[in-house]
Amino acid sequence: MKITVTVNGRKIQEDAACDLLLIDFLRAHGCLSVKRGCETSNCGLCTVMLDGRPVLSCSVLAVRADGRRVETLEGLQEEAEEFGAFIADQGAEQCGFCNPGLMMNAIALFRENPEPEEEEIKEYLAGNLCRCSGYEGQLRGIQAYLAWKKGVRS
Amino acid sequence: MKLKSVSQPVRKKDAMQLLTGKPVYLEDVAPAGCLTVKVLRSPHANAIVEEVNEDAALKVPGIEAVYTWEDVPRQRFTMAGQTYPEPSPYDRLILDRHVRYVGDPVAIVAGETEKAVDQALKLLKVKYQVLEAVLDFRKAKDSDILVHPEDSWKSLCPVGADNKRNLCASGESGHGEIDAVLADCDIIVEHTYHTKACQQAMMETFRTCCTIDLYGRLNVLSSTQIVFHVRRILSNALGIPKSGIRVSKPRIGGGFGAKQTVVAEVFPAFVTWMTKKPSMMIFTRQESQTASSPRHEMEVHVKVGAMKDGRIRGVDLYTLSNTGAYGEHGPTTVGLSGHKSIPLYGSLEAHRFSYDVVYTNVMSAGAYRGYGATQGIFALESAVNELAAKLGIDPVELRKRNMVREGQVMPAYYGEQTNSCALDRCLDRAAEMIGWKEKYPRRVLDNGHVRSVGVAMAMQGSGISGVDVGSATLKMNEEGYYTLRIGAADMGTGCDTILAQMAAECMECPIENITVLGADTDASPYDSGSYASSTTYVTGKAVEKACARLREKILETGAELLSCGTEQAEFDGSVVADLQSGRSVTLKEIGTAAMCGSCRALEVTESNSSPISPPPFMAGMAEIDLDPETGHVELVEYAAAVDCGTVVNPNLARVQTEGGIAQGIGMALFEDVQYSGRGKVLENSLMQYKIPTRLDVGKIRVEFESSYEPSGPFGAKSIGEIVINTPAPAIVHAIYNATGKWFRELPVKPERIVMERCED
Amino acid sequence: MLTIQNYVKAESLEQAYELNQKKSSRIIGGMLWLKMSRMRVQTAIDLSGLGLDTIEEEEDSFRIGSMVSLRQLEQHPGLAQSTDGSMRECLRHIVGVQFRNLATLGGSIFGRFGFSDVLTEFMALGAEVELYRGGRISLEQFAAMPADRDILVRVILPKEPGRCSYQSLRNSSTDFPVLACAVCAGENRAAAAAVGARPGRAVLVRDEEGILSAGITEKSAEEFGAYAAAKIRTGSNMRAGAGYRKHLAQVLVKRACLEIGGMQG
Repeated sequence: MKITVTVNGRKIQEDAACDLLLIDFLRAHGCLSVKRGCETSNCGLCTVMLDGRPVLSCSVLAVRADGRRVETLEGLQEEAEEFGAFIADQGAEQCGFCNPGLMMNAIALFRENPEPEEEEIKEYLAGNLCRCSGYEGQLRGIQAYLAWKKGVRS
Repeated sequence: MKLKSVSQPVRKKDAMQLLTGKPVYLEDVAPAGCLTVKVLRSPHANAIVEEVNEDAALKVPGIEAVYTWEDVPRQRFTMAGQTYPEPSPYDRLILDRHVRYVGDPVAIVAGETEKAVDQALKLLKVKYQVLEAVLDFRKAKDSDILVHPEDSWKSLCPVGADNKRNLCASGESGHGEIDAVLADCDIIVEHTYHTKACQQAMMETFRTCCTIDLYGRLNVLSSTQIVFHVRRILSNALGIPKSGIRVSKPRIGGGFGAKQTVVAEVFPAFVTWMTKKPSMMIFTRQESQTASSPRHEMEVHVKVGAMKDGRIRGVDLYTLSNTGAYGEHGPTTVGLSGHKSIPLYGSLEAHRFSYDVVYTNVMSAGAYRGYGATQGIFALESAVNELAAKLGIDPVELRKRNMVREGQVMPAYYGEQTNSCALDRCLDRAAEMIGWKEKYPRRVLDNGHVRSVGVAMAMQGSGISGVDVGSATLKMNEEGYYTLRIGAADMGTGCDTILAQMAAECMECPIENITVLGADTDASPYDSGSYASSTTYVTGKAVEKACARLREKILETGAELLSCGTEQAEFDGSVVADLQSGRSVTLKEIGTAAMCGSCRALEVTESNSSPISPPPFMAGMAEIDLDPETGHVELVEYAAAVDCGTVVNPNLARVQTEGGIAQGIGMALFEDVQYSGRGKVLENSLMQYKIPTRLDVGKIRVEFESSYEPSGPFGAKSIGEIVINTPAPAIVHAIYNATGKWFRELPVKPERIVMERCED
Repeated sequence: MLTIQNYVKAESLEQAYELNQKKSSRIIGGMLWLKMSRMRVQTAIDLSGLGLDTIEEEEDSFRIGSMVSLRQLEQHPGLAQSTDGSMRECLRHIVGVQFRNLATLGGSIFGRFGFSDVLTEFMALGAEVELYRGGRISLEQFAAMPADRDILVRVILPKEPGRCSYQSLRNSSTDFPVLACAVCAGENRAAAAAVGARPGRAVLVRDEEGILSAGITEKSAEEFGAYAAAKIRTGSNMRAGAGYRKHLAQVLVKRACLEIGGMQG
């Protein structure tokens, strides 16, 4: 089926198989930040924005993204560097495999709720699994980033 | 000496690349056009493959090859990544006619697309002769059903293995007159503790990509912790010389020991060797959960003897370990269940440690962070907590009276002496952090919930004494920066950075001047690999040595350029100066000179191995909120104090600890492994095997109580594994303090807290 | 692996219904469960072009399109108010935000999954479903029916003054519930408890004996909990056994009652 998807601001037209998943479509188009960690929609590694909302790209048919806007970490490099530096300063990236999904969903959280409380952060990011960090370092990094961001804003 | 790089919270060298999602992992860097490799897996726990009909599968467009047991070499090997001669028995074939667990490979299918391969897999027709299986590891030893009846089975080391008895290993050790000591004790606590085959569940599943390189060699790119062992294992499996194989690793998406076993590599390696075409195998999460290398299920029988005053005098520990269908890491993991639990108590007059490791028809086990110590420590620390309850002594106090101290000889730890041990300080610190005095044992909240605390101690090793080899090659480049080549594998732990910190410290340069390259069997110096908590301690020392020798060479070259003797020259990291004339030559000049008419390579390789394996120590305390009506346990806080010697990178050590504790929390509370009656693992996905989310781990707080290990680089010991060992016993202790019930099997799910009647 | 031959973005419900009469056709909701199957789907029918992704608030009810996402339900202020906050409580444990942005109300309800938090909550709230052919029927009735080839168009949630509480127990925070229950009571309706993840589909237990009619007290809550637990059938699966689920039903129904009675359980 012919589809047109805007990926990171660039229109991609393609004849896509009906059962092609968005994650595979994106990886085929160079968005290699998008990772797969399970087959059961549980890990959050494949998180991308679809029309601005974070979704699991492993669970979306590419044909369903027809006419829609997709953002991956490749398209959010500035935000990723700005925020990522705070995670790096905790050493919480560890193996890094879950990082792109976490970065995407954290950016979604910041857009939706620029000053989240600790519990709100944890709940929003609960669908992003990480086996390395124990999550504490990620939380410290997020909170440090938010504090810095607040300082910048005011 | 004021340290500039070591002990600093340096950012990981690869941090920003990882955080911005750059393509650095195996699937990102694999060449296009690889054949997709998958395997057909046995639905039976024990069966003989009578016939595989490949006709229909081969007709699927795009299918390159189908291989069965008839196509593969017949010599047995082990998939365990260990130093040769491996203690793990040679009991594997790439494909075996005898399939021994639900998930054992029956056929390999390679094809151009995943769709084609999936279709071909469905079309393979297999006739099995189904055999009775031995699924209960308590009934495996001397069972009539043999998991490995074949005569080609072989054990290379004297580990007490006997395939005709389903024994992968067995043995006994001890000191003192244990029976007499126990008979003389006022009180004996004797129980059996059961831990299951938990999964490492690293986020990146097993994966390997193979090509034939321009020299016609098999070029293997794999997500592995052990490139050199992979080379040997593939050589054994394929029956080709090691010179024909090159193994390297890209960035790894987590390992935790899982990737210390050659889980995926043999299949694409065989396909590429046969077809001479590039191929790649990526395990599904289901395969990673059901046909991989999890923790050894163990049942640890502990007998602790003590006096009424709390003096612990003897420990008699027997471990029954379930290695599953194959023996990877079976003979070695079991050792740690005793050797790394019993020595926690320096007061012992005698101990005995005996064990059996049995084959069964379930998924074979492997290496998982903690490597047997986790299971043994859960048992012994639980037993000591039970002893404290019986004696009516505060369990922290009881430990203070009995714990191992610096300078003591540990008979249960190969007679090693603790040259560095801050366990006493760790326990005090953790008690302070959690508020033990105020909180022990429990208080009841207005809503009926019970807040309680629990405690455990732990130890591990730092590398395998007398076996592990760590190496480093350090090369000076023309601008005066250095390349550090290693064979150790950074799997997210940050060892590339930690080793670079050490090199920077030794070479008196900024860490930016050290680039790191690893691990590649063609380019790296030999290193047994990143496992057994070895890299910081063993390879770190090799880095130190390499730096010292490279400094000499730089000094020599500089002195030559200055036309003075080395005895009057000095290298300060930036320049070599002639102390008499005051003239100096910069590193850049030395580097440039080394590339013009020079006979001196500014490159050295050093190896290191240690006759001892100094244990790191740790104390962990849990505070839980338990809902007695539902049995729900919420982890409120986990406080841990760790003695890993000198902390090389406080950030990375902290995150290692927090991560290990989180895994331990999952193991204690909900990471379950259940089998169907026919031997099928029920927790076959991340939907069913629940690893902790950020809502499940409470507040984890970590502090360091450093000792100084004289044999380690900058006084460092290990940290990678020990951190998983305390949560299970500490949480189970807290549950006892809330409910009065001892749980001796993991995980402790809410149902058990409400429904089980537990004997005292 | 799931395979799909054709994909049709339906232009009308009628078209979708016609296409769905074939056994090899499937309506795709959020795709989350369908993706895990090994089904060979001839025609995948997408309802997302039919305007069914809105929550319409009317005077006496909410009309919720079947393509509304769980996240929309979770964040809807009107639903939060009308359900006493229980709507959010029943949804927030489900995997993660990204999952709930995809999962649809229609998929959750039509699947009649045993573990469903959503089915449990909506059943207690007295919801009705609107089927393309079958018309409007109560969710309770719908849940008991076997799956057929009709199309779930929307769910109608009556606005009734009253109180509501959602309770569940999970082995870990984002896992399926071991047991879930929702209790609603209002001025115009007697209290009723829906109990789900038994592990079978949610069932409704009404306060037919008027245990709570004289008001919610510690005692009446306890009694209704016991009553509800006795009325339902529980079973065992890998998450827990039947006996524990019985016990939990009693505890959680009691707690829900206490919460709606203004007493914390």
